[in-house]
Amino acid sequence: MSIPSSVVAAGTAREVSPGIYPGVVAYIAIAGVVLLLMMLVGVVLRLAQAEWLPVPPDVFYEMMTAHGAGMVAIAGLAGAGIMWHFLSRHVRLNRGILITNLVSFLAGVMMILAAIFLGGFGGGWTFLYPLPATSGGAWEPGAAALYLGGLLVVGVGFLLFYLDAGRAIVAEYGTLGAALGWPILFGRPQARLPEPTVVASTMVTIVNTLGLVSGATVLAVSLINLATPSFVIDPLLAKNMIYFFGHVFINATIYMTVIALYEILPGYTGREWKASKPFLWGWTASTLMVLIAYPHHLLMDFVMPKWALILGQVASYTAGLPVLVVTAYGALTLVYRSGIRWDAASALLFLSMFGWAAGIVPAIVDATIMVNLVMHNTMWVPGHFHFYLLLGMTAMVFGFMYFLGRDGDSGESALDRVAVWVFAVGGLGFALIFLYSGKEGVPRRWAVHLPGWVAYDRLASLFALAVMAAVAVFTLRFLLRAPRLLAAR
Amino acid sequence: MLQDTVWLISVILMAAIAAVFLWVAAAAGQKADTETVQHRAYRLRARWFWLLVAVIAVATATTLRALPYPDRAPQAASRVILRATGAQWAWTIEGPDLVVGKPVEFQVTSTDVNHGFGIYNPAMEMVAQTQAMPGYVNRLQHTFAVPGTYHILCLEYCGLVHHQMMTDLIVKPN
Repeated sequence: MSIPSSVVAAGTAREVSPGIYPGVVAYIAIAGVVLLLMMLVGVVLRLAQAEWLPVPPDVFYEMMTAHGAGMVAIAGLAGAGIMWHFLSRHVRLNRGILITNLVSFLAGVMMILAAIFLGGFGGGWTFLYPLPATSGGAWEPGAAALYLGGLLVVGVGFLLFYLDAGRAIVAEYGTLGAALGWPILFGRPQARLPEPTVVASTMVTIVNTLGLVSGATVLAVSLINLATPSFVIDPLLAKNMIYFFGHVFINATIYMTVIALYEILPGYTGREWKASKPFLWGWTASTLMVLIAYPHHLLMDFVMPKWALILGQVASYTAGLPVLVVTAYGALTLVYRSGIRWDAASALLFLSMFGWAAGIVPAIVDATIMVNLVMHNTMWVPGHFHFYLLLGMTAMVFGFMYFLGRDGDSGESALDRVAVWVFAVGGLGFALIFLYSGKEGVPRRWAVHLPGWVAYDRLASLFALAVMAAVAVFTLRFLLRAPRLLAAR
Repeated sequence: MLQDTVWLISVILMAAIAAVFLWVAAAAGQKADTETVQHRAYRLRARWFWLLVAVIAVATATTLRALPYPDRAPQAASRVILRATGAQWAWTIEGPDLVVGKPVEFQVTSTDVNHGFGIYNPAMEMVAQTQAMPGYVNRLQHTFAVPGTYHILCLEYCGLVHHQMMTDLIVKPN
């Protein structure tokens, strides 16, 4: 195996990645395949809006539900795999829980797919109460129950995963606060400095435990409502609980995958990425901001308390600070004149930091109340989250895939390099067209577009196809390397 | 339109971030002393932090001045009240005729699931919106500046005929 000179300078690649548990390989392999499949579903949605592929509206909304639920769940699984891989070097995680989560995930996904494609459930991944029970005759309550039950099974698996992570962190560091570095921030500078991976994992453990409890609760009461329609819940309360869960869970995926940057980039640049006081402040702030920013999903619910909506805007603005000042800035400092050798892994990880940092801009714009008045639920919304999830989160996952694969086989072809460029350009074009369509007022989640909007859909479809081709290369490369990875262990 | 302004601002800021990343990537192949780079970077970071804080403070103060949320007190009699009700998959709008320049309050609700009440002007540019939720009434206040046929589009996914949940609204000249 050949190792880039810059990596040797900082320590060998094996020191950076000493061993791979097969469970992690399974997580990442499944993530790659499902991401590709869900992208295919997404491409079909755009082709249908472009009037290049005839897709009946009921099928469109079923596929839209599958795309949303599938992408959120698989982003969570990929993030969990990366977090487990690196966190297991610092604390004693339970392998049985890792596998339990995977089994639970696959079982839940089967239920969700059956609900959608056999039961005809098309209530959107957000299952906004009371839509699952009020389909207008499109699907039976049983299909809705299967979908909600599937999400619940997936969520319970993740909850176990984070409870185990919390247990292991507390066993090693004493408290979650200590693992966030609070003793150092609050008067005990000689206290143990937690590693960046531990800090990030602790943040995610805290927010996702709370988010998943909220999600499981609203899923459970929605299931009761399906079984007993006389049992009703407050739609505004349900909306708050759903968006709290959804917002926290999807944000946490990127806070997990960024661990790959903290752990991998130093090996490429020969520069250490240590937790510092600004780093610890940043992550503590992120913990709070992610939890309190969720009302930005409800800015057009005028009956919400005004203070909560203003808090949603302000927290969304400040949530960008730790990313821009700590992590993105840290990545730039790490790479600047470092003599880094570019390969697919380092390029994708560097690109991911751009995707996250730049994606913050349209996110903050949309969280501005006066802008949300004319942008909410337009294509601007999927524009901003595709920006930082596609070019940020998934780029981190694909970078991690190449990094893992490199341990077993260093060979990279021109095809990989071209795929990275195609992914970057295609992803940027795809996200920008979403944003432009949003500016033009095109609503999101419409199966059929008005004639004036179709040109945007056609251009977006071409970029989406390019992205999918690149991701096929990334995933295939990892799958080809996976058997050797397992054997090498 | 506000949308054009925020698009322009977003593109400029994203391009600036892209430029910084490209600049760093271009210089990444050269090698400089780590301590020197970090020392300079950390000094700059403090300034970067305070610059962002200042930008956020100004943006917050500016944008929070124009909130669309109505006061809790009942509206003055000078405001035209319309009741807009969403139901899978149609809008019912009840109230007097609309005229340019006259403040309007839409009292928006739903009889079944969540809908989104989005108002588009004759050029299909969105001018305002609010959610339509069962059990609640959202009060959306707006003053139409130009006469013509406005369009109401559903902006919250509400089931299989969501994309056909549209109606028109005539605003007459004053």
